[in-house]
Amino acid sequence: MVNYFLSEEQQMIVDVARQITAEKIVPQRVELDEKEQFPTEILQDIAQADLFGLYIPEEYGGFGGGSFDMVLALEEFARGCVGVATSFAASALGAYPILISGSKELKQKYMPVIASGEKLAAFGLTEANAGSDASGIQTTAVLDGDEWVLNGTKQWITNAGDAKIYSVIAITDRSKGPRGASMFVVEDSDPGFSYGPKEKKLGIRASSTRELIFKDCRIPKDRLIGRQGTGFFTVMKTLDVSRPGIASLGVGLGQAALDEAVLYAKQRIQFGKPVMAFQAVQHILADMAIQLEASRALVYAAARHIDSGAKDVSKASSMCKVMATDMAMKVTTDAVQILAGHGYMREYPVEKMMRDAKILQIYEGTNQIQRNVIGQALNKEYSRS
Amino acid sequence: MKIIVCVKQVPDAKDVRLDPKTNTLAREGVESIMNPFDRHALEAAVVLKEQYGGTVTAITMGPPQAEETLRDAVACGADEGVLVSDRAFAGADTWATSYTLAKAVEKLGEFDLILCGKQAIDGDTAQVGPGLAQRLDIPYVAYARKITECVDGVIRLERLMDDGYDEIEMGMPALMTVVKEINEPRVPSLKGKMKAKKMQATVLTAADIGADPECLGLQGSTTQVVKVFSPQFSAERCMLTGTVDEQVDQLLVKLEELL
Amino acid sequence: MLKIDKEACIGCGICEDTCTFSAIEVVDGVAVVGDNCTLCGNCVDVCEVGALSIDKVEKKVVADLADWTGVWVYAEFRDGRVAPVAFELLGAGRKLADQLGVPLSAVLLGSGLDNNAQDLVAYGADKVYQIDDPALTHFTDDAYANVFEDLIREHKPEIVLAGATAIGRSFIPRLATMLATGLTADCTALAIREEDGALMQTRPAFGGNIMATIECSTSRPQMATVRPLVLKPNGRDDSRQGEIVKVTPDPARLLSRVKVLRSVREETNEVNINEADVLVAGGRGLDSEKGFEMIRELAGLLGGATAASRAAVDSGWVPYPHQVGQTGKTVCPKVYFACGISGAVQHMVGMQSSDTIIVINRDENAPIFDVATYGVVGDVFEVLPKLISRLQDQRAGEGDN
Repeated sequence: MVNYFLSEEQQMIVDVARQITAEKIVPQRVELDEKEQFPTEILQDIAQADLFGLYIPEEYGGFGGGSFDMVLALEEFARGCVGVATSFAASALGAYPILISGSKELKQKYMPVIASGEKLAAFGLTEANAGSDASGIQTTAVLDGDEWVLNGTKQWITNAGDAKIYSVIAITDRSKGPRGASMFVVEDSDPGFSYGPKEKKLGIRASSTRELIFKDCRIPKDRLIGRQGTGFFTVMKTLDVSRPGIASLGVGLGQAALDEAVLYAKQRIQFGKPVMAFQAVQHILADMAIQLEASRALVYAAARHIDSGAKDVSKASSMCKVMATDMAMKVTTDAVQILAGHGYMREYPVEKMMRDAKILQIYEGTNQIQRNVIGQALNKEYSRS
Repeated sequence: MKIIVCVKQVPDAKDVRLDPKTNTLAREGVESIMNPFDRHALEAAVVLKEQYGGTVTAITMGPPQAEETLRDAVACGADEGVLVSDRAFAGADTWATSYTLAKAVEKLGEFDLILCGKQAIDGDTAQVGPGLAQRLDIPYVAYARKITECVDGVIRLERLMDDGYDEIEMGMPALMTVVKEINEPRVPSLKGKMKAKKMQATVLTAADIGADPECLGLQGSTTQVVKVFSPQFSAERCMLTGTVDEQVDQLLVKLEELL
Repeated sequence: MLKIDKEACIGCGICEDTCTFSAIEVVDGVAVVGDNCTLCGNCVDVCEVGALSIDKVEKKVVADLADWTGVWVYAEFRDGRVAPVAFELLGAGRKLADQLGVPLSAVLLGSGLDNNAQDLVAYGADKVYQIDDPALTHFTDDAYANVFEDLIREHKPEIVLAGATAIGRSFIPRLATMLATGLTADCTALAIREEDGALMQTRPAFGGNIMATIECSTSRPQMATVRPLVLKPNGRDDSRQGEIVKVTPDPARLLSRVKVLRSVREETNEVNINEADVLVAGGRGLDSEKGFEMIRELAGLLGGATAASRAAVDSGWVPYPHQVGQTGKTVCPKVYFACGISGAVQHMVGMQSSDTIIVINRDENAPIFDVATYGVVGDVFEVLPKLISRLQDQRAGEGDN
């Protein structure tokens, strides 16, 4: 193992998350996947271990950790099940907008219950006509006296229906273009707010995905996150800090797939010896290990870069997301290949890993959009001189 | 409510083997863990503390490295750890162990409840809990599978029996041993781990607890190990050979004879 | 404490190799003892230069050791019947008593005992002490231990045996502590040492991976619990004569600080694997829950029940009530199939007394073959499907007839 010089506290985070993964997630992951069941009890275990507050400042009942601490925890969870890890990560994604742009009052109201794990959060951005192109947002919010009135539908929202707190972006003034969007906190119990049916997915089946439906949904005026018109800014900042988390899901998943592949290769006998003895197999495993470790190094570096307080983090954040999630797709596919017939069967865990890997290249900005971000950053960097 | 939980550090039993050539326990790579049944006792204690308030003290008798188990206990919700440790305790059987623990518990002062796992996985004797209760002269129930309530100094619980369960009531202070069914132990929390790292276990020696040296360790034990050995199994066996089909044929013939 | 004579020690390391607990290490040519020394004395016996000794202060031997005589068996009584383990204990107790040339007595505690004492005589008891009192209707540690203690102090038996049932394992340790004597739990073998008539109690330790023989040399009675189904009862002999002694206890001794409010019998849906004639057991070699399905199928075809090793239960393929072994159940069916089970001692102590043991395992060196009646070296994934399909064909054939 490469030494990444974790502090004692960071090692504790790894240990706690690893134990939850071994004792709670791994024994249940097959059932959760097959029954497409939301991991309520596991999330309670995670909450009880104080990990929901990992990235939330101590003054709001959290642990006061940073992006790197989240990366370490998510990597461990993803070694067990990306579906469970996604449900955990999506709560952070819902909390970040409030943390980044919200008023002190909003933070005081929502952060402690999110930090304790009492309430799950979720993030409402994507719509039918606004995926990679966020400017296609149709959901609107209109101020009516002391209340905002929301109308529209959000699509494919992780944790929808199971979360209690939603950070949602809506257009408040279409004439202002990108500066015409604002973010709001919507609560599960708000009038006019409902959910669509649970989506059926290729992978991450332990996580729940639904529509958020707003029909004259009325919320108090003070639920506006930050100033009016700063919605896109908040979204971008949120994704900048959350992307290394998704990248770390790729790292954890890749590690799990490599573990399975190597253990299998050592015990599977063909032509009178373990298949591990064949170079054709060794080379596949070696390439898996190389890509995995390179991705981990980049993810850790990007997360530490963000935690250093650097201003411009988009490029590093996008780079690690692309690299680690493309790696996860490749490595899980290779793991299925190594296990071959067994790997294709549902009684072995690698087919699930391969199904789970695909979403990582898609959600929180497709890997194509990430490359756009990186390209634009390069363009900007090189035009300065 | 003041709750004491007895915990024991044990080798992860499923990994322990006796090397038949040297007659020694192959312990290489065998991890030390908290006795799994004690985890359930600890969890029950922490749940009681959360429900009714109070403190949870984990106590262990063992060599200095058993402090690790006390750290585990604190990480999982215990407030403090007490290590009862002295070379004079070496070789203790359950009789000497219950004596030593009883003296240590008396030293700690008043308490309401003592919880133990039903047995330790290295010895599987299930004797220290009842022995401790007898020495402290307090009521005792084995195999608690559920704690129903705990009010006004009376605890109500269900005791697992071979053919069902008994609903039990007893006054405190009291001792009970718990079975796995009582709860699902939590994993340590981050804050617990940090607290555990800083924890200073109270160390009690034979002199600290005012123990009679004649009652300690091997000297104080009522049972002695005559010998330790690898179990020998022997049977007159008949190997069924040939191709798989031939083996199955022979098996079917044998089954026909047997059933 | 283990003493090492540094002058005498030649640093040969024999003690280091002998120590069961890895508590001795040779450092700079001299043996050094660590904290995990249990004073078992193995090293003292093997040291060729006599450098090791255990500081044994003369133990205070109870002066009247010889006054204690006779073998006693606790006959557990619940719901109007004697627990079967009592008859098994009488079988073993009879042998011990005969070897010692002393009487065998049973102790029967409960309420509404009727003629059950007579059954104990038929199974080998020379004498039965019985206490029939409503206060003993429900089992409580206090009352049971108190009245038993009084009986033991009055009659001084040298050996007391009890079943390692929920009740036995609950109050017998408390009783031993009251009597300040030793107790060995879950014995798998009991024998009398020729030289001095001491009871040699053998039991598994470390989850059954090793065995230990234990004695109780300085106090009496020598007490042991034995798990149900480990020992075999003698046949019933109604012509046997025995004395039944009805004892009236001191009422104060029947008081209990623990109250049983309600005693509930639970009907479980699960098959009791103790009662099946055929048990098909699977272990780690089945690889997965899916693999374990073959075990269920075969058990179904043979009209038997499924059992499992600890590895299979820990993997979650089958629930705990099916576990056979030291930490599970002890079984003794007519036919026991062990499929893909390597044979950890922990498992073998739970099934070795089965009448016929059929082992299917691909590793011919697996320890499980040591207990096999019939052994098949082969891949469970090849052998079991074939066996299952042949049995299915047989069944179909029977259907046609």
